[in-house]
Amino acid sequence: MSKKDSEYLINRKDNQYEVVIGLEVHAQVLSESKLFSTSATKFGAEPNTQVSLVDAAFPGMLPVINEFCVKQAIKTGIGLNAKINKRSVFDRKNYFYADLPQGYQISQFKDPIVGEGRVILDMPNGQKEVGIERLHLEQDAGKSIHDLDPQNTFVDLNRSGVALMEIVSKPDLRSPDEVNAYIKKLRSIMRYLGTCDGNMQEGSLRADVNVSVRPKGSKEFGTRCEIKNVNSIKFMQMAIEYEANRQVDLIEEGKTIDQETRLFDTKKNETRSMRSKEDAHDYRYFPDPDLLPLEVSEKFIEELRNDIPELPDDKKKRFIEEFKLTSYEANILVSDIDTAKYFEEVVAKMGKNKDIKLAVNWITGELFAVLNSKGLEISQSPVSAKNFAILINLIKNGTISGKIAKTVFELIIDGDKDPQKIVEEKGLKQQSDPKALEALIDKIINDNREKAIEYKQGKEKLFGFFVGQAMKASGGKANPQLINEILKKKL
Amino acid sequence: MSDITKQSLTELVENIKNKKLSSTDVTKAFIDRSEKSVELNTYITNDFTSALDKAKKFDQKPNLDLKLPGIPMAVKDLFCTKDIKTTAGSKILNNFVPTYESTVTENIWNEGAILLGKLNCDEFAMGSSNETSFFGNVQSPIDKNLVPGGSSGGSASAVAGQLTPVTIGTDTGGSIRQPASFTGIVGLKPTYGSCSRYGIVAFASSLDQAGPMAQNVKDCALLHEVISSYDPKDSTSIEFKRNHYSKELTNNIKGKKIGIPKEYRVDGMPKEIEDLWQKGIQYIKDCGAETIDISLPNTSYALPTYYIVAPAEASSNLARYDGVKYGFRAKGENLIDMYEKTRSEGFGAEVQRRIMIGTYVLSSGYYDAYYLKAQKVRKLIKNDFDEAYKKVDAILTPSTPSSAFKIGEKTNDPVSMYLNDIFTVPVNLAGLPGISIPAGHDSKGYPLGLQIIGKAFDEQNILNIAYAMEEKINFKNKITDWWIK
Repeated sequence: MSKKDSEYLINRKDNQYEVVIGLEVHAQVLSESKLFSTSATKFGAEPNTQVSLVDAAFPGMLPVINEFCVKQAIKTGIGLNAKINKRSVFDRKNYFYADLPQGYQISQFKDPIVGEGRVILDMPNGQKEVGIERLHLEQDAGKSIHDLDPQNTFVDLNRSGVALMEIVSKPDLRSPDEVNAYIKKLRSIMRYLGTCDGNMQEGSLRADVNVSVRPKGSKEFGTRCEIKNVNSIKFMQMAIEYEANRQVDLIEEGKTIDQETRLFDTKKNETRSMRSKEDAHDYRYFPDPDLLPLEVSEKFIEELRNDIPELPDDKKKRFIEEFKLTSYEANILVSDIDTAKYFEEVVAKMGKNKDIKLAVNWITGELFAVLNSKGLEISQSPVSAKNFAILINLIKNGTISGKIAKTVFELIIDGDKDPQKIVEEKGLKQQSDPKALEALIDKIINDNREKAIEYKQGKEKLFGFFVGQAMKASGGKANPQLINEILKKKL
Repeated sequence: MSDITKQSLTELVENIKNKKLSSTDVTKAFIDRSEKSVELNTYITNDFTSALDKAKKFDQKPNLDLKLPGIPMAVKDLFCTKDIKTTAGSKILNNFVPTYESTVTENIWNEGAILLGKLNCDEFAMGSSNETSFFGNVQSPIDKNLVPGGSSGGSASAVAGQLTPVTIGTDTGGSIRQPASFTGIVGLKPTYGSCSRYGIVAFASSLDQAGPMAQNVKDCALLHEVISSYDPKDSTSIEFKRNHYSKELTNNIKGKKIGIPKEYRVDGMPKEIEDLWQKGIQYIKDCGAETIDISLPNTSYALPTYYIVAPAEASSNLARYDGVKYGFRAKGENLIDMYEKTRSEGFGAEVQRRIMIGTYVLSSGYYDAYYLKAQKVRKLIKNDFDEAYKKVDAILTPSTPSSAFKIGEKTNDPVSMYLNDIFTVPVNLAGLPGISIPAGHDSKGYPLGLQIIGKAFDEQNILNIAYAMEEKINFKNKITDWWIK
């Protein structure tokens, strides 16, 4: 597929439009306590049970930075190949809302903790680099609940003060598919680093999506609209699709696009205006006088750098070189850290005489199918990497056939049993004794003389019949390769 | 024991330690006098009943190793006190009872002191005359219908009127030193970062500091040594070696170099202030120290800078008083309506004025011209002091450009009110310590104060200078008990 074919363009009559997308991803920092208080951050707790006096902005309460969250942000910055700023400043973003107890959000405006970086996406037509503009730390707000009472709004402050990393991309994305790949890549990197669990259902990862369109080939950016707070990749893609088409339609009608903030209605699958540029809040940003500028030393950063695990890009490279995997296979294995961990553990347990390709096929085939049907993550796999490795080795050394292996796999799923024992207990060991198989085949040919003659006369299809009979007679345990060889000889 | 309330903190501590007085004797005496002094309107909330209980409990098992053993003390109502209503002088917090204690008051109770009650102050500490309090203006014990200064007006009045042996106030632009000067007492604004801001209702975070107010320098030193502590709960708290300020207090200041800044000779300053300053210079010399003329060239920009920075921070700090979580809430049609009504009815005129100024100077399009420029000027003002301290150990100025004025005299002229802070605000902008000591009287017999400004963290030095001068000045406050029938 050439690069041209895969371009995402919006076509109207004679005109083609390119879509330009930039994302502001809000990733919840994986941390037991909040950014400026010691309250817990557990998801799903009873409303207002994880709220300190600081989070509820009581008079005289002061924020104290959580060092762990700072480390998490720096690690993420390193994972994004970004510049770490030794000096950053917390600012107040002032606005009134019922779920914003302080009347301002503590964020980083002019001097973020992480500067420019980049991530690499693996697209079907090759690699694509996406620039990172910045990453900054900020507090989350609480939650307003409007649908519990016809008259009143309820406020849950459990989220109030939870640490978020806002990761701002450059406007480098050009299609919903690239957005999909970008979000997945960010999530993958952060999960490798342990800095964000990436759980979109629980709101740990959400994004504001900036969309503009321009005639294909144009170098100038069009007027952008920001779609606020989209919380799934599917919705992001739908919102972009809708919004890009809406903008193109306006241009085609000779109208102009207003720079505005829009909301995505997931039920109607459309974006609609929330507020225009003129109505935009004046947040009156200024440095938070309760907090000194955040200064980190080179040593502090270096120590974190030394702590960074092998990240997906490096792991992929190593898998290709070390295990002779294809880029496609390596991608599947590294995109999720738990899959990579499982795979590497299987490889380690398989010992010296191992068949890595076979292991990969079984992981991406049988194992993924089982996980899928049971709705499990690989970290919850019903078969341990150790037993999985034993199973692969049993196939590799000819103890059981691939077909029997599937039976064994079914049996070991329930209770993570040792495949070796199952094979012995159930007598599933493959028959690879040529003499025994020859006797077995002689008998089958004898019993089916007429068919044997027909075969010899040219009805080659009957070969399959004999194989089937032989397998049946052996209870499926006969070594299929040997059966083939012996049958060819005898017939 | 009618003279108990006339005793200094140092004397009271000594008498309790020598068992000449019990905590109950002392507590009772101050409660009695406080109860006779309702007309001063110093207290917003009293806690007399439980204070007496605590005093009795203390006497049953007195711990005489403490620095403030069984000493009763009222504090400014800007300090959050656990289970005791804390209003900041505002209607918006009229019903607010904290579940927590400020670090500074915690330090005081940990040394054995007993809370008498909460003292009146300007609303959110915004004012120079204690006339902006929701709970009414405070009378000065110096004279009827005279302002005690502000914002720690209730605190100054309570110390000068002997309703509490000592107290603590807060100082954002002069709120300890100006009322101390107006009422003839000693008030110290410590170095920014010396006393924790945790649990103090915030006005302007980068300027606010708690500090002691007392009858004399030694009491002031003792209380400062109790309240100053490093506190990890305040990110701007600074870890440095704190002295035993009262123990290390000395009147030997021979050879010290004291700067006299020419820019503090402002237009229209009354002659008696100039005369007081000259007297102060003479006292300095009498103590064996040397005075040196210095220049703090950016002084004239300090007041406008202050009235940008402080309201800017205040406008944001006061956003939390929105009727949602605690405090006063007005009924509204919807959220915005509720906000508007709550804040219109809950905040007084001066607070609203400063919120508006602060909101304006932070607005996009004005930020660079006002807030950012003010921050730059602030740096220049600090540089002036840094430069001066290459040549001198401390700086001597008048505390205020005039003596106390009458209640109502300046309420309709906010700018003239703001001018009261002209000598005190540069100290807050530079984060330095400053102490005001009573140094004389004007023609009406009202007290006048001198201010000694020190290097950062050098409280001991300015306390020593104040201590030495105090001896020479031999100031006697003229308290006539006019309010006691």
